[in-house]
Amino acid sequence: MSLLGDALVYLNDPFNWTKPNGIGDLGLQHLSISAVAVAAAMVVGIPVGALLGHIGRGGAFTVALSNVSRAIPTLALLTLFAVTPIGFGPTATTIALAVFALPPILTNTYVGFRGVDRDVVEASRAMGMSEPQVVLRAELPLAMPLLMTGVRTAAVQVVATATLAALVAGGGLGRIITLGFRQQQYGVVLAGAILVAALAVATEVVLAVVAWSVTPGPKRLGLGRLRIRRPATGAVTAAP
Amino acid sequence: MLSAAGPATLAADAAPNPWFDPSYVTSNWSTILAYLGEHVRLTVAAVVLGAVIALPLALLARRSRWLAGPVLTVSTLIYTIPSLAMFAFVAPITGLSATTVLVGLVLYSLVILVRNFLVGLQSVPDDVREAARGMGYGPARLFWHVELPLALPSFMAGIRVATVSTVALVTVGVIVGHGGLGQLITGGFNANFYRAEIVTGSVGCVLLALLADLLLAGAERALTPWTRRAAS
Repeated sequence: MSLLGDALVYLNDPFNWTKPNGIGDLGLQHLSISAVAVAAAMVVGIPVGALLGHIGRGGAFTVALSNVSRAIPTLALLTLFAVTPIGFGPTATTIALAVFALPPILTNTYVGFRGVDRDVVEASRAMGMSEPQVVLRAELPLAMPLLMTGVRTAAVQVVATATLAALVAGGGLGRIITLGFRQQQYGVVLAGAILVAALAVATEVVLAVVAWSVTPGPKRLGLGRLRIRRPATGAVTAAP
Repeated sequence: MLSAAGPATLAADAAPNPWFDPSYVTSNWSTILAYLGEHVRLTVAAVVLGAVIALPLALLARRSRWLAGPVLTVSTLIYTIPSLAMFAFVAPITGLSATTVLVGLVLYSLVILVRNFLVGLQSVPDDVREAARGMGYGPARLFWHVELPLALPSFMAGIRVATVSTVALVTVGVIVGHGGLGQLITGGFNANFYRAEIVTGSVGCVLLALLADLLLAGAERALTPWTRRAAS
């Protein structure tokens, strides 16, 4: 396994981490683009999903949105935003990734709020809660597990997809892979693949812990849980 | 004459770069068709191979709880690996060929299919299985005549999701030069951001995915006539 050896040598060289546009720079860029994209999608997706779920409308819309989004290639969206007047660079990548992060967050928030027991909502109204209080203090905690599943799905997907930005001259850790391919250095390609895969898995684990800590009530780590794709109910995860 | 290009066009202006250009599609039809062919071949091969591998895995996983855990954990892990990294893992072994793309795509469709197949098989009521066994059905006949029809909706849902996401994923194959319609997307990007080519590739991908989904939905309807009768 000399390839793996090459990859390990590349990863073990401190200069490859600290040089300009090295693993450190690219990794930081990768994470910041992903974080901004997920945050933007949360700012739009959570209130809209919560509102739709609260009033119980728009189920068909959210399901259709998440199904259609699966058919759109990430590469196409990244490229299309790059050739608009925005120009290629971190901004176009971030917008494209935010668009991709939206459906899982929106759909899971909607399903979470929609799934809150109606009796609970009635009871909290009867206790004199105002509508915002019902949403924030009764429905939100109950919808939290699904909401966090949506955020986690979106974040892992965004971290994974941010790699593709390298194909259209964007930044991020994908650069190491594309550069390795161009120079026919498969050891470097493998090193980049290992880094990207590790980052995606780490995101999944970290967010599972975050979800566990913000979920009220009996807690369980949802890592190995069977997340079934059921297009009809909408708790879906899209393509990486 | 310069004016032939229109009075508004000066030599200093950027060349017109429309989003939609039918003349691009007509004059490059054979190229587009070749990429489309590759796209369809890769998708069909990936989903069929994925299904062929996923079915025994799902059957094994159903047999014992002990195996179901690892199968699902490994499939979650595979699904987390970014597509570009997946192709990069496979490329050193199979080189810059369509096989590299195919192996990556099979792994992803496999992951989706195993889960749906498992859910479908688990949705068959134990009573039904017992009854069929009591009527003298052997394991093979039990699977073909009892379990498969009952699990078919879940199977088909999995195949539809796998097909649509595979169509989208083929485009990432551009990294090894076999990305089907994705070649048009990066090709246009590299040809000084030629929008008509990019849009043709992107729209082609989406249309192909929607068409495949419609065809599979039709196949599902044709294969499960009893669900329609129950609904009406």
